[in-house]
Amino acid sequence: MTRCSSTKPHRIVLEAGRTERNYWADLWRYRELFAIFAWRDVAVRYRQTFIGVAWAIIRPLLTMVIFTVVFGHLAKLPSDGATPYPVLVLAGLLPWFLFSTIMGDASGSLIGNANLIRKIYFPRIIIPSSLMLAALVDFSVNLVLFCALLIWFGVMPDWRIVLLPAFLVLAIAVSLGPTLLITALNVKYRDFRYIIPFIIQLLLYVSPVGFSSAAVPAQWRFWYSLNPLVGVIDGFRWCLLGDERPLHLPGLAFSLLFSVAFLWIGISYFRRTERTFADTV
Amino acid sequence: MTSEIVIRAEGLGKKYIIDHEAVAEPYVALRDAMARTMRSAVRSAVAALAGRSPPGGRTKEEFWALKDVSFEIERGAVMGVIGRNGAGKSTLLKILSRITEPTEGRVTIDGRLASLLDVGTGFHPELTGRENIYLNGAMLGMTRSEIRARFDEIVEFGEVGRFLDTPVKRYSSGMYLRLAFSIAAHLESEILVVDEVLAVGDANFQEKCIGKMSEVAGGGRTVLFVSHDMTAVKRLCDKAILMNAGCVEYSGGVRETIERYVMAGQPATRGAFDISRCARRGSGNVRVEGFSFADFRSFNVFEDMEISIRLSAGDPDDMKSASVWVLFRNIAGDDVLMVMQKDAAAVLPRAAAAEVSVRVNTVLQPGRYVIAFGVLGHGRDVWDWIDAGPSVEVESNFSGAGAYDSRPGLVTMRADWRVGSEKA
Repeated sequence: MTRCSSTKPHRIVLEAGRTERNYWADLWRYRELFAIFAWRDVAVRYRQTFIGVAWAIIRPLLTMVIFTVVFGHLAKLPSDGATPYPVLVLAGLLPWFLFSTIMGDASGSLIGNANLIRKIYFPRIIIPSSLMLAALVDFSVNLVLFCALLIWFGVMPDWRIVLLPAFLVLAIAVSLGPTLLITALNVKYRDFRYIIPFIIQLLLYVSPVGFSSAAVPAQWRFWYSLNPLVGVIDGFRWCLLGDERPLHLPGLAFSLLFSVAFLWIGISYFRRTERTFADTV
Repeated sequence: MTSEIVIRAEGLGKKYIIDHEAVAEPYVALRDAMARTMRSAVRSAVAALAGRSPPGGRTKEEFWALKDVSFEIERGAVMGVIGRNGAGKSTLLKILSRITEPTEGRVTIDGRLASLLDVGTGFHPELTGRENIYLNGAMLGMTRSEIRARFDEIVEFGEVGRFLDTPVKRYSSGMYLRLAFSIAAHLESEILVVDEVLAVGDANFQEKCIGKMSEVAGGGRTVLFVSHDMTAVKRLCDKAILMNAGCVEYSGGVRETIERYVMAGQPATRGAFDISRCARRGSGNVRVEGFSFADFRSFNVFEDMEISIRLSAGDPDDMKSASVWVLFRNIAGDDVLMVMQKDAAAVLPRAAAAEVSVRVNTVLQPGRYVIAFGVLGHGRDVWDWIDAGPSVEVESNFSGAGAYDSRPGLVTMRADWRVGSEKA
């Protein structure tokens, strides 16, 4: 035994409640699986090319049209300055679809992959996280659509567009933390799957997707910003619409704080429970 | 110098909670959890007000799928894990594969471990064979470059070359299995854990798998192999662990361990065999009440053995359609010889109790055999089935004259030979 006690490259010790010392190293070793899972989901979805691509375009386009009619024309909510209303809506839909796709798809992903979990070991966190990559593919389709819309309306983004990747990361971070928590809880409490679509639907109405957050009275603006999506959506519009709009800093700060806090909570809860997923899923 | 230990299990245990309220569902509904919390809070409050201790909760039963399991496996060993269903084999493999964690004890594993607990899990039916190779390989822990390096071997072994770009949902089940096994067999790991993959697929496929696994084992990798197929275990493994009710019952050379397994709970039989403690299945329309040898001892090859079986029937009419059978199984677990009453046109009378006796010429090769016996009803209805009855020894002697000549084959018989000189 003394001979073996030196650290071995691949030594693992399995024990009850043992916090995996090489958790992140393990995750790194399986890094290709992130891409492979994402690729699987995208490949399967886009296999019937026409329906897959068409769906990715029709969904945001139709939502944009309806929101423009309902909020812009019927409710007559103001746009930001000179920005055409459809552009305003689609700029908000970009991060919104990213969020709702990640949360909607990921929350049931462990149960959907129960077979795998019972039979094959790999870091479980890859399953919900890889959906984030798949959602990014949809996001890029939406982004192309958005560019087409900008050209159509002759809107020109300014230098701030270079900050878009930063807000994209923020959008993902805000989505991922709560999603991991809910995904793990969903394994234990199965009726979470009924709650999630409801939460997503509610969030759509309390988030500035179909309207500008400038439409919110100034004295409520701070409280409104406690919805972490407000900071994200405002940030996207700030980057993309190149207008004279100030960035609402308290909202942005709260989104940042929220994303960090929930990432920590989500990941640590997930890690604590993932070793028993195979017994309960 | 002793060999290096690659897997060391110490006092391993795995407990499952069987919750009698939540019927067979390991997960709970949130609304139930909330309702329960409310209920028990109210109950405790009421109990506290009344000055009683709070009532006990729901009945939860602990079930130890594994208990105090310890063993060591040396580098390069090919270890079989055998035991009846529910003995804990699969739970053990799940812990070793890191799919679930042990409740107590610990395992130390030195080296990359790949496991194949099911063939074809993780295949996506819509994706092509080629795509599934990459998908499944990555799930099993291979990097893309490793898969690419072995891609041709995988395709060749799986015999799916022509269908590489066809979605696997169009594959025949045989092709599906071959491809899945092929991927797992080409994993580059120092330790390979395999569970019952040979239970599926046709004989050709099984033969091929065993061949591949011996190759893997011959290459110096450590293999853990679970199977109900004792012939396969015997061919592949040099050592084995016998599990029973979550514990390691025996561990040693593969022959001794298999022998223990097959003989489990078989005391030497004298005359009548006590069947009251045997596990049995079947509808019980007609049941075996007693089993005895007319003259119990060890038998020589070609000697007659006579067995009597007493029967009882709930409905005397059933007795008329009852048919008794006797099966001899060798210590490797192969069913070697079966004799059936229905071949002999010997029909039982209408009666509540009856006796059947049969004389079997010992066509078995020398060795020890476990006898299974039972009753079939109309068609193929199983009325009674005792799978592990008494055991009997066949000596290395021919009946009447001479020592046995060690001829090959599972059985032998005195065939009807005719000789004569040929006319020119």
